Amino acid sequence: MKYLKFLLPMGIFVVLVLFLGAGLRLDPKEVPSPLIGKPAPAFALARLDDPTQTIRRDDLLGQVWMLNVWASWCVACREEHPLLVEFAKSKTLPIYGLNYKDKAAAGQKWLADFGNPYTASLSDSDGRVGIDFGVYGVPETFIMDRQGVVRFKHIGPITPEVIRTKIEPLVRQLHG
Amino acid sequence: MAKEMLQALLLWAVLGSPLAAWAGEALPASDNPVLDARVMALASELRCLVCQNQTIADSHAELAVDLRRQVREMLLAGKSEQEITDYMTARYGDFVLYRPPFKAITALLWIGPAAMVLIGLGALFVVLRRRSRMDANAFEPEEPESTA
Repeated sequence: MKYLKFLLPMGIFVVLVLFLGAGLRLDPKEVPSPLIGKPAPAFALARLDDPTQTIRRDDLLGQVWMLNVWASWCVACREEHPLLVEFAKSKTLPIYGLNYKDKAAAGQKWLADFGNPYTASLSDSDGRVGIDFGVYGVPETFIMDRQGVVRFKHIGPITPEVIRTKIEPLVRQLHG
Repeated sequence: MAKEMLQALLLWAVLGSPLAAWAGEALPASDNPVLDARVMALASELRCLVCQNQTIADSHAELAVDLRRQVREMLLAGKSEQEITDYMTARYGDFVLYRPPFKAITALLWIGPAAMVLIGLGALFVVLRRRSRMDANAFEPEEPESTA
């Protein structure tokens, strides 16, 4: 009882420091996506390389696939791109690109200049499908399972660590 | 009658002429001020995820512009405010709302400040009551000059 006078403020202080410490580690830019565990939003978009062809969400059912949101104006995408090109060579899963709020010509030139890791890129020139996917910072990466359910989302450029510790184990698990 | 007409003319000359001179320059954002007001009211409740401490009404980020357009189109299509809020949270989560709903995960956010005040008041109450029961000798005697 005598020590309570000192221990109580000390305890409160320690709890406060723990909370603030945890707060420092959180990145407010990483907003958890409410889409995880829900079916991917429906879309029907023209292919970037051939606008006469349309790809729909349901065309991609039955396979585990990745959606990478990118744009030629996005600086962080350029940083991420070599890794994506490398990852595509491993043929772990098909990677579809969502060319977000971009001009088709600029997007095509970008792929010609820096390499094309995508099975196909979809033109989302007005960003509406981006909104449906809750995109707010390019690049973003999603993984869909065979039933078309969103299983994973990464905001910002993917890194070798993310591929090794998150994407590869998840894809292995989804492939069963 | 003549006086009223003169007043009206004077009023027009003072107020109307500058407006007439500017007409054709600053066009209104749209021809539907009621819709504009509804879009802005709803946009002020929604957080811009690119610049997180701004609403999509304040922000000039491209995403905010797109989301304002989305809100406008949905209102035009006859959707209710609630439907649009649901649309946004389905995509961006509760984080997009400046007034998040009260549920388990947001309980601390809502009741935390009030709980802190209550704890503080409770502690104050306990301390004061304990002191009021203490013997007068437990306190330091008053300064001599005050009693002199």
